[in-house]
Amino acid sequence: MAATITTKNKKESTSTSAGVEGGGASPPPANRMSLRLRLRRDKSLIIMTLPAVALLLVFNYAPLFGLITAFEYYDPLVGVVHSDWAGLDQFRQLFHDPLFWEALRNTLWLSFVQLILFFPVPIGLALLLNTVLSERLRNFIQSVVYLPHFFSWVLAITLFQEMLGGAGVLNHFLAQHDLGPWNIMTNPDTFALLITSQAVWKEAGWGVVVFLAALAAIDQNLYEAAAVDGAGRWRRMWHITLSGMRGVIVLMLVLRLGNALSVGFEQFLIQRNAVGHDTADVLDTFSFYYGIATNNYSYGAAAGLFKSVISLLLIWGANRVAHSFGEDGLYRK
Amino acid sequence: MSQTLTPPQTAPALRPDRHRGRAVWEEKPTVAGQTLKGGVLLLVLAAVLVPLYIVVLTSFSTPGAINRAGGLVLWPDGLTLGAYQQMLTDGPVTRAVLVSLCITVIGTVLSMVVSVMCAYGLSRSRSLGHRSILMVLIVTMFVSGGLIPTYLVVTGLGGYGQYWALILPSAVSVFNILVLRSFYSGTAADLIDAARMDGCSEWRILWSVVLPTSRAVTAVVALFYAVGYWNAFFNVMLYMPTDSAKWPLQYVLLEYVNYGLTMPGSVNNGFGGIHAQTAPQSLQMAVVVLTLIPILLVYPFMQKHFKTGVLTGAIKG
Repeated sequence: MAATITTKNKKESTSTSAGVEGGGASPPPANRMSLRLRLRRDKSLIIMTLPAVALLLVFNYAPLFGLITAFEYYDPLVGVVHSDWAGLDQFRQLFHDPLFWEALRNTLWLSFVQLILFFPVPIGLALLLNTVLSERLRNFIQSVVYLPHFFSWVLAITLFQEMLGGAGVLNHFLAQHDLGPWNIMTNPDTFALLITSQAVWKEAGWGVVVFLAALAAIDQNLYEAAAVDGAGRWRRMWHITLSGMRGVIVLMLVLRLGNALSVGFEQFLIQRNAVGHDTADVLDTFSFYYGIATNNYSYGAAAGLFKSVISLLLIWGANRVAHSFGEDGLYRK
Repeated sequence: MSQTLTPPQTAPALRPDRHRGRAVWEEKPTVAGQTLKGGVLLLVLAAVLVPLYIVVLTSFSTPGAINRAGGLVLWPDGLTLGAYQQMLTDGPVTRAVLVSLCITVIGTVLSMVVSVMCAYGLSRSRSLGHRSILMVLIVTMFVSGGLIPTYLVVTGLGGYGQYWALILPSAVSVFNILVLRSFYSGTAADLIDAARMDGCSEWRILWSVVLPTSRAVTAVVALFYAVGYWNAFFNVMLYMPTDSAKWPLQYVLLEYVNYGLTMPGSVNNGFGGIHAQTAPQSLQMAVVVLTLIPILLVYPFMQKHFKTGVLTGAIKG
């Protein structure tokens, strides 16, 4: 779930700004009709939106009110309304819980490693693909690198297990050449590298889409003009290609920072047992295991709320930084 | 004498070794640069294709070949369909395939109907209230109740152990609606006006004008939904973790391969005598292939739509 979320969110938010702007830009109707007339005219359009709105109200807005449980001693038998009020007790307990701090530290560390090692890969791949001149070859490579994005995490991790795991291809090869076994899949020390390489394998190809589109939007005449002015291929790459991509790169960076606390839920859930919870627990798995698995719902909800609030602050802050660099970021100033 | 008769050398820029797509002013590629580029691209391709190749080959291999190779088969040796035969004749896999297919088909149809309608309803920029409804949608992309409140709502509605709990909570993706909407907004207003002049209702316009002109993006969004349903396993973990008869394929795969349960019909659980011709590895890999097949089947047809479909969503912002 979570790793798809990271890429999904990238696109989500880009089109969000489009939606908001599109709405804002539409001119008011030339001759004001009465509300009732407009209602009658647009009745079927409004009816069309209702099923989606209803589903969102039930499964996205109702949980927002369910966040009250974070301030209660929620008891499923009594219900949200009649459960005992806890005030900030759940949070107090949370901040004294070493497991929670461990999860937070893991989250930040894994997020940091992913930022450093994952983020540049799609950009580099897009630059490389852009230099492949043969259209057919480029399309072929693109379809291959997009493919893993459509695999589930279960499948991706199974493939990693078969290639790098204890009984996998790599260890078989090592054994044949009289080298010791090297079980990457269960080693807590290299876990950050492992999950990053899984994320790169699964999602980096898909991440290329956005950057390729940014590359396609660059005016080709600029290259010729620069070449005529004597700029070599590296100078052209720096001054035209990369500066043409700067807006998109900053946007992606903002989104990634905003999602710093969601590192990859499903990925961790699956591998938590193999690596050990002290390395693999992140905030999401924390609220799953210490909330649902132990029926301590309020505690998990409090951890979730903490994460949401910090995430919102991160998005807001990263956007401020983007604005101060003169970029649009998620929304315009 | 003969020297004066040789034709003058052609200018390097006009030589046919220049790639047709390359601009005249561009430098000639260096050998080292080309090799490096080719090497990196080959590595990238191999990283995706080699694991798939090994998995597919292993699923078709005889126990003898698997033993000789020490687990996973790299070269075609002895080939058999045994794993597939066994997997589909007994055990929970057959049922899981059906469950997964049903969830995917029903879920995708439901999601598409709801999303297409909503996207069209919001795409007519002067309609009453479309901006407030849009805000209702967009808010959900930034604030969410999170895991536990959602779980409480779904179980509170009686979703525990029910198939609808795997579909309805994720039925609407606001992102997909926005992709569709931005595309529908681009449908020529003249076309829609003409249809209205002919007496079409909004439903009719959506069905006979807007949908046919936006097939590509509709197909891509449908693919996104379908892949989402097919790949989901976390909802199963939340809402029906104990009821193995209701598990979809992904969850069966998770249990078998990653949590190390024994496969039905593998040597460990009594079927060994009957089905000794199948190695557990090839059975596991057959389940992997099974989860792959639908994606690989649909993928080539969707591939050509990606460019239009995805980019509208990703870049129009």
